[in-house]
Amino acid sequence: MSGAGQGPLELVVVGHVDHGKSTLIGRLLHDTGSLPEGRLPDLEAMCRRRGTVLEWSFVLDALQAERDQAVTIDTTRIGFRSARRRYVLIDAPGHREFLRHMIAGAASAAAALLVVDAAEGVREQTRRHAYLLHLLGIERIVVAVNKMDVAAYDQARFHAVAADLARHFEGLGIVPAAVVPVAARLGENLVSRSDAMRWHRGPTLLEALDRLPAAAAPAARPLRLPIQDVYRRDEKRVLVGRVESGTLRVGDELLFLPGGRTARVLTLEAWGRSPRVARTGDAVGLTIDQPLFVERGALAAHGAAPPTLVRRFRATLFWLSDRPLAVGGTYAMRLGTATVPVTVAAVERALDPVTLDAAPSAAVGRDDIAEVVLRAGTPVALDPHRVSPATGRFLLCEGPAVVAGGIVAAEPVVEQVDIHPVDHLLTANARAWRNGHKGAVIWLTGLSGSGKSTLAMMAEKALFARGFQVYVLDGDNVRRGLSQDLAFGPEDRAENIRRVGEVAALFADAGLVVITAFISPYRADRERARRAAGAAFHEVYLKASLEACEARDPKGLYRRARAGRIAEFTGVSAPYEVPEQPDLVLDTGMLAVEACVDQLVSYVERATALDTAVASTG
Amino acid sequence: MHSDRHIQLLESRTIWLLREAYARVRPLCLLWSVGKDSNALLWLARKAFFGRVPFPVVQLDTGLELDEVYEFRDRIAAEWKLDLRIEPCPPEPADPALPPASRAAARKTCGLQALIAREGYRGVLVGIRRDEQATRAKERVFSPRGPDGAWDVRNQPAEFWDLFETSVPEGGHLRIHPLLDWTELDIWRYTRAEGLPIVPLYFARDGKRFRSLGEKNITRPIASTAATIDEIIAELEATRVAERSGRTMDHETEDSFERLRTGGYL
Repeated sequence: MSGAGQGPLELVVVGHVDHGKSTLIGRLLHDTGSLPEGRLPDLEAMCRRRGTVLEWSFVLDALQAERDQAVTIDTTRIGFRSARRRYVLIDAPGHREFLRHMIAGAASAAAALLVVDAAEGVREQTRRHAYLLHLLGIERIVVAVNKMDVAAYDQARFHAVAADLARHFEGLGIVPAAVVPVAARLGENLVSRSDAMRWHRGPTLLEALDRLPAAAAPAARPLRLPIQDVYRRDEKRVLVGRVESGTLRVGDELLFLPGGRTARVLTLEAWGRSPRVARTGDAVGLTIDQPLFVERGALAAHGAAPPTLVRRFRATLFWLSDRPLAVGGTYAMRLGTATVPVTVAAVERALDPVTLDAAPSAAVGRDDIAEVVLRAGTPVALDPHRVSPATGRFLLCEGPAVVAGGIVAAEPVVEQVDIHPVDHLLTANARAWRNGHKGAVIWLTGLSGSGKSTLAMMAEKALFARGFQVYVLDGDNVRRGLSQDLAFGPEDRAENIRRVGEVAALFADAGLVVITAFISPYRADRERARRAAGAAFHEVYLKASLEACEARDPKGLYRRARAGRIAEFTGVSAPYEVPEQPDLVLDTGMLAVEACVDQLVSYVERATALDTAVASTG
Repeated sequence: MHSDRHIQLLESRTIWLLREAYARVRPLCLLWSVGKDSNALLWLARKAFFGRVPFPVVQLDTGLELDEVYEFRDRIAAEWKLDLRIEPCPPEPADPALPPASRAAARKTCGLQALIAREGYRGVLVGIRRDEQATRAKERVFSPRGPDGAWDVRNQPAEFWDLFETSVPEGGHLRIHPLLDWTELDIWRYTRAEGLPIVPLYFARDGKRFRSLGEKNITRPIASTAATIDEIIAELEATRVAERSGRTMDHETEDSFERLRTGGYL
């Protein structure tokens, strides 16, 4: 019986191309009575049209091209049941071309069935797949030595193949649960015993599968809750995510990484329910007792069993891209809900998954395995894969393409610096990837009292909390040093704006987001600042009527200007030239300041987002 | 052979996927065929977003659905306060070479294309399941589609560890399939557990019921006496007849369904 709480056992079927995986699955479905009515006559008709004998693989090879070329192109998942339990079979392609699909298929499996052709024996993909199962942490493995009919049901041949496989497994520390001789096409030793192989004393394939333990003992794993999103619900901020491991309860104190702040769980939120506890696999909403800034990508855990926060760490990569792995290459790493730029700091060991030979930092090409040190652009919270799979594995992406899968090493933290640093010129891209955003000049312009300083300060704080390198230039800090030699006459004010424009452009080039808060009433002055910063310049017009600004008059300046005590005051005794084509208009006359901050922050996020196709820094 | 926890975990995963889609792909819409699967998906979207579905719900309408379907649609749309958009499908399919029963499906494909082009949707949530049909078994949760909506089966992204790739192809969109792991029985067990309303055509009348809902002229009811959800579940636990056996369009030629799907059908 399947135990309470058990879903189907997910079983990936792997092995070298043409060793008969799809045939074995098709026949197994037939022999367990799992094919829908009418499917068998359909198959017979299909095979007659092609002039072939009955091909069991057609059950799964649903695509026309697969049937015509008799090769599985893509992974298929299909359910069946034995008398004992339900299974989901994942048919993974054995052809080397489709390795990424084999890995994807295996990645979601709890157990594996490795199919080996009795006549051909252990081949390249057999070895590679065995290694990948080991790397992915799949320990429950059953082996089917197939096509025994072609090998004349020869017991000695079976033992030779089994012994060869055992030698490869030994190097990986794999102990298969069973090795079964089968003739899948004829249904021998799948569900019913084979008369031709009476010498086999072990279980049939289905018996061997049914004997696999239901699941690894649910180890008391630590709580890991990657935050997916934040919703506003009535007046509450609800954090949502999925409990990847451990247990979450109302009242728990949570540590949010990478920020490092803590808060208590006030409520767990579900529509129409108020749960008190959430278990592994549950999608949850929660509210906390502190107004922390938390967003997608944060990882929540209990303070007593936190993940590791690292900047440089060790991992094993399986490389999936046609372009070889390059030291110094920068990729977007996706781990949990976080996306962090990482750079390959060193290749410590490249491994041939077929021979299991290790070579120190040889070239790592497609389908190769490498142990590497990665440097993250911002601190990243993770775990060794053995401790917590969901926070111990990641993808490296280049634009929309996945270039590698990664497994966090058992001892991930790296203390030393690079042994072989790579020489390269720093580019704007490299700085952007280190920071997680591009540099920019956010040039606020508007009348005195339109809210420039307030908005700049609040946006700075919000952006900083989001991980931005951000700085505000305003009259207070610029006049104190950079422009302390200048007075307030028209020429000096123009020179002040020129200096601010040049400094802001340098800041942006250094990778920062700099927000400037100056009235800057003249188009010519603003155009000069735009020329200094180029494409990084963004003009933001704070639109508020003179009446509104004068009514606010926070520093009493309008009153003094009207009284004639300030000469050439913009709006009163000097003109303000409204921007003709600002990049953003914030209606500070109409909107609440919080709404303007939100608009400004989301504009900056968009305007400084990394290009998706950014490749290496070299 | 099932447990409540199994259904709970399926529900959790779908809620998580819906939230993932909403966080990463906008604008979104949800296709509601008013059948049992997209019904469950719609309900799960209400749960994921605490009662309010934060994107439009679209019905691709050929005008040929059964009357009960329209009645049910209008009642539920009002009760659940949905932002329902009814998208009329063009009267003739683009490919006149298609066998007759596939034409309604081809019309839906055209309707969907027009909708996406007009509204600029980047993500379309669809309630298909892997166990329905062999080509659907090869689907991805986040399935990229080109500008013509076509499915490039041979070059699908590998989906790993729930770290989904959600970038949208230039000029194209993503089909998002949050129910892919559910089976027909799971849907019925969930419908029962949650007390979901369902189009009455699924229940047997005069010895016949619809197991899968399609257009009037191309969907046949099956022989059945199952008049309650409990009886439907008991019937399905015993049957070996394929779910879509009453859907004429799947069976006209060997690859008619595959052709429809690579051309952009759901």
